[in-house]
Amino acid sequence: MMDGSKGFDDALTGEQKIRNFNINFGPQHPAAHGVLRLVLELDGEIVERCDPHIGLLHRGTEKLMESRTYLQNLPYFDRLDYVAPMNQEHAWCLAIEKLTGVEVPRRASLIRVLYSEIGRILNHILNITTQAMDVGALTPPVWGFEEREKLMVFYERACGARLHAAYFRPGGVHQDMPPELLDDIETWANEFPKMIADIDGLLTENRIFKQRNADIGVISEQDALDWGFSGVMVRGSGMAWDLRRAQPYECYDEFEFQIPVGKNGDCYDRYLCRMEEMRQSLHIIHQAIAKLRAPDGQGDILARGKITPPSRGDMKTSMESLIHHFKLYTEGFHVPEGEVYAAVEAPKGEFGVYLVADGTNKPYRAKIRAPGFLHLQAMDYVASGHQLADVAAIIGSLDVVFGEIDR
Amino acid sequence: MTNALKELGAHIELKRSDCVLGWDLAHGELTVDVALANIVGLVEFLKTDQTCKFSTLVDITAVDYPERAKRFDMVYHFLSMYQNQRIRLRVAVREEDMVPSVIDVFPAANWFEREVFDMYGILFSGHPDLRRILTDYGFRGHPLRKDFPTTGYTEVRYDEVQKRVIYEPVNLVQEYRQFDFMSPWEGAEYILPGDEKKEESK
Repeated sequence: MMDGSKGFDDALTGEQKIRNFNINFGPQHPAAHGVLRLVLELDGEIVERCDPHIGLLHRGTEKLMESRTYLQNLPYFDRLDYVAPMNQEHAWCLAIEKLTGVEVPRRASLIRVLYSEIGRILNHILNITTQAMDVGALTPPVWGFEEREKLMVFYERACGARLHAAYFRPGGVHQDMPPELLDDIETWANEFPKMIADIDGLLTENRIFKQRNADIGVISEQDALDWGFSGVMVRGSGMAWDLRRAQPYECYDEFEFQIPVGKNGDCYDRYLCRMEEMRQSLHIIHQAIAKLRAPDGQGDILARGKITPPSRGDMKTSMESLIHHFKLYTEGFHVPEGEVYAAVEAPKGEFGVYLVADGTNKPYRAKIRAPGFLHLQAMDYVASGHQLADVAAIIGSLDVVFGEIDR
Repeated sequence: MTNALKELGAHIELKRSDCVLGWDLAHGELTVDVALANIVGLVEFLKTDQTCKFSTLVDITAVDYPERAKRFDMVYHFLSMYQNQRIRLRVAVREEDMVPSVIDVFPAANWFEREVFDMYGILFSGHPDLRRILTDYGFRGHPLRKDFPTTGYTEVRYDEVQKRVIYEPVNLVQEYRQFDFMSPWEGAEYILPGDEKKEESK
């Protein structure tokens, strides 16, 4: 017993006896970025042990997916990392396309790149500004969410939904984009650097922000490998690893962009990486818009065939197309037997799908590999020895979203 | 890319012929079948060997095949950021088998193995903290097994009388709707209404 009830000890009074203190951080805590419950063991103000309890948002996505068709499963991916929904759909589409061997038309491919980068900016705005909020700044989230709103309007104009897009489909994208939307995205992309500069001015040299983030949560190159990190978490530690460059998917190999890397691997470097990645994404968006306007960027947005619906015009004139449409949306398409792993560079890191198909219209097993799962796992390792207040800064810079971690 | 993977597959088989049961290349991905007892050794080899250098653990998961004697497949994915290659290891596991934990080689395996334990009930030897991870506190059963119903066995609600959340057995007000849209022309397992007579006359 540590409360002195065993009788008086003449060396220590009850008051002098110190014990470690356990506290619950979350599940309802504004800095927990969702429903994270951390059981922290504190020695004074120093974190001795940190045990994350996850699963409070577990919806059994993988189980549900086994009893639904491939197309019905697509919207589940919006609900994983709901901060950048389309990037998740992308991985699912790539997995199916890999198994069925479908070639995506060029215009669809460009639209996918465009919206993946918009998703990346959506994610980074949210992450940077809420991290600033976690360490005490209130203005950045207010400014940042206004920009997010504009981007979600672009989502809405392409597919009709602000968040749960279901826009990327196996074989292409669901709808073509009107040219006016392209113009508006370009206008926004021209204005957005001003907003980045504003956030930059608020945070980058801000004394409090630097004190709270620099030298906090330092991750070395070896740590990043041991803990299976990806995305900004490895780039912040000095490795120029980016799936868009290393294992190009879609048509990323024809885009020009730079990969920012950090030097120290602390929270501040990861913040700087995210800021620079937003600028690089803008650069990609400009290129994608130019390519979409070029003559070879025109054309159909779906690889018409077994796994995609026929055009509306065909449906109204051809009986076969009508039957195909009906069968596609009831029975769904069949995916040949086999197993694949498809990964994309989601804003948070490597988001992968391991798909086992048994030749029917439903996946036999789909495993979702979320980057945040591994990042949060290292929480005990990273946060131990830090002060309690740093826990919020570290969670912020790990960039966790519970939709994808709990699945 | 495929040539490099072929070389890699041959290299691994040559160096660790005792562990590798076979390997194949499909969809540009290398899959190696490994014997259960040798998994840790092979993972360590993959991590340290200079031609492999699989430095990052990407994923650990399992697949359930209830009709097989070795019911589960443990599936490991690794990535080499240095060689820019991926590899998949597949280990067939019986329901009662203990799988050696790879946590000493890759600390990142911790939560993945907890998840596999949670979802499939596969036990890991040498794992320091094999608790459930995604399911509820006090959950029973292993949801991703094929014989676990999608609805589960219990449901929760807030009870106004007891003023707390209570657990009850699942009560479905209508039958669980699982539509079967399989085409009758492509090997559907049911007999269409009206076709029964045709079967009898045979």
